[in-house]
Amino acid sequence: MAAKAPGRWMVVAVPYLWLLVLFLVPFLIVFKISLSQDAIAQPPYEPVFDLAAGWDAFKEAFSQLSFENYSYVLSWDNEFIEAYGSSLWIAGISTLLLLIVGYPIAYGMARAPKSIRPTLLMLVILPFWTSFLIRVYAWIGILSPEGLLNQLLFALGLIDEPLQILATDTAVYIGIVYSYLPFMILPLYSALEKMDETLLEAAADLGCPPIAAFWKITWPLSLPGVLAGCLLCFIPAVGEFVIPDLLGGSDTLMIGKVLWTEFSVNRSWTVSSAVAVLLLLVLVVPIVFYQNVQAKEMEGR
Amino acid sequence: MRKGLSWFNTTSIVLGFTFLYLPIVLLVIYSFNASRLVTVWAGFSVEWYWKLFQNQQLLDAAWVTLRVAFLSASVATVLGTLAAIALTRYGRFGGRMLFSGMVYAPLVMPEVITGLSLLLLFVAVNFDRGFWTITLAHITFTMCFVSVVVQSRLVTFDRSLEEAALDLGCRPMKTFFVVTLPIILPAVVSGWMLAFTLSLDDLVIASFTTGPGATTLPMRIYSQVRLGVTPEINAACTILIAIVTVVVVVASIITKRQEVERQKAERLAAAG
Repeated sequence: MAAKAPGRWMVVAVPYLWLLVLFLVPFLIVFKISLSQDAIAQPPYEPVFDLAAGWDAFKEAFSQLSFENYSYVLSWDNEFIEAYGSSLWIAGISTLLLLIVGYPIAYGMARAPKSIRPTLLMLVILPFWTSFLIRVYAWIGILSPEGLLNQLLFALGLIDEPLQILATDTAVYIGIVYSYLPFMILPLYSALEKMDETLLEAAADLGCPPIAAFWKITWPLSLPGVLAGCLLCFIPAVGEFVIPDLLGGSDTLMIGKVLWTEFSVNRSWTVSSAVAVLLLLVLVVPIVFYQNVQAKEMEGR
Repeated sequence: MRKGLSWFNTTSIVLGFTFLYLPIVLLVIYSFNASRLVTVWAGFSVEWYWKLFQNQQLLDAAWVTLRVAFLSASVATVLGTLAAIALTRYGRFGGRMLFSGMVYAPLVMPEVITGLSLLLLFVAVNFDRGFWTITLAHITFTMCFVSVVVQSRLVTFDRSLEEAALDLGCRPMKTFFVVTLPIILPAVVSGWMLAFTLSLDDLVIASFTTGPGATTLPMRIYSQVRLGVTPEINAACTILIAIVTVVVVVASIITKRQEVERQKAERLAAAG
C-alpha cells in the first residue's frame, strides 16, 4: 500500500487503540486491583482512585495499596500453589498426549492423496466450529457410571461394576485431548504437508530404513509445527476452566477453576486478580515464545 | 511410499476421525431418544425438540447470543482485517512489537484472565454490564483470530497486482477495494465465520462480562448441564451443530468455486 495516504495511519491506529483500551489497559487494572483490599461497597474493593478528589486523596489511596493478596495466594496454607503446579502438570501431560494422538493423524492426512486432503482438513476443522461446551458435554454422557462406555464394557463382559471415570483427572485428560485436538493437528499438518517427499525417497534409495528416516528427516522438519501445536494447546489448557469443572472431580485442582471460584463463589475480586496476575507471570514465557513463532509464520520476517 | 506405511496412515486417519466424531454422533442420536434417561434407548422421538421450542428462557438466550455474535463478528472482521493489513503491509512502525504482541496474545490467553480483566475495566469506568459489554469483549478477542486468518491470505498473495494498480495511478483506498479486497475476500469471510462461531460458543468471557438481563445460550446450557445431562440440552446442541455444519459446508463449497473461477480467470489473463 502506498505511503502518505490520508487514511493510512487510521489502518494502524483504529485496531491499535482498540487493543490498547480493551486488552492492555484491563491488565493494568487487574494489577491495580490485585493490590487492593476487598470492601463491602460498589465497586467491591478499595482504595478507589478518584482523580477529581485531588492530589492528597490520590496519595492517600496510593498508600493503601499492598501486596497482601499475593502473600495470601503464595502462602503454603492455601491451595493456590498446588493449583498452579497441578495445572501445569495436567496441561503438560495433556499436551504430550495430544502430540502422540495428533501426530499420526496429521501425518496420515499429509500423506493422503492430494485430491482428498481438503476434505480431510475440513473434517478436522468442523468439530472445532461446533461448540466447545457441547463437545465437553458429550463426554459426560459417555463417561458417567451409567454412561455409554460403561454399558459397552459391561456388554462385552470386560467389567463387573462400572468404572469411575467421570469426576476424575482421567476424564479431564480425555476432555482436554478431545477439545484441543484440532489445534494440535492443524500446525502439524501444515508443517508435514510442506515437506519434500523426495527426501524420504532419497533416504530409502540409500538404504535408510523407514523408521530411521522418520527420525532423521520427517521429525526434525516437522519441529516448527510441533512447537506451534504444543504452545497452542499448552497455554490455554493451563488456565482451562470448563473442562475441569464439568469432567473433573472435586479434588481436581486447576487454577482456572480456582480463579473462577474465588471470583464467583467467594466474591473476592482482589484475590482473583492476584491469582490472574500470577497465572500470567507463569505463562508469560510461553506466550512470548508463541508470539514469536506466530509472527515469524505470518509476517515472514 | 510403501504399502505398510499407507496402511498405517489409513488406520490413524480412521481412528482419529472416529475419536473426533463419535461423541458428537452419539449426542445427536440420543437427542432423539424417547426416554428421559439419557443413556437408556427407548425408541425414536422428537419430543425434546418440541419441549425445546416451548422453553422461553432458552429461546431468549439464543436470541441474545445470535445478536451478540452477529454484531461482534462484523466489527471484529473490520478491525481484524485492518490489523492484518497493518502487520503485513506496513513494515516497521512505532510500537509495532507491542501491536503484534497484542494481536497474538489473545489467541492463547486463558479465557479466565481475559474475562476477569475486561470485567474489571467495565466496572472501573462504570459501564452498565449486559449486552454491550459482552459484545465489546467478544469483538476484542475474536478480532485477533480474524487478523490471523486474513494475514495468512495476505502473505501468500501476489503484491505486484497492488503495485500495478498504484503505478497506473489508482488511489490506495480504491486499490484496496478494487484489487486487494476481492482477492482476500474468502479469508475475510472465513474470518467472519470464525468470529461468529467463537462468539456463539463463548461461555467464560461472557459469564464474566455479562450483567442482569443478558444471558447467552452457552451460559444457559452450562447452568443446566451442571445439573446433569438432559435430552433437551442434547436437542439444543443438535440444532446448533446442524446450523454450524450447514453454514461451514456451504461456505467452503462457495469458496472453492470462487477459487476455481479465479484461477480460470488468471489463466485466461496470462494466456491473453
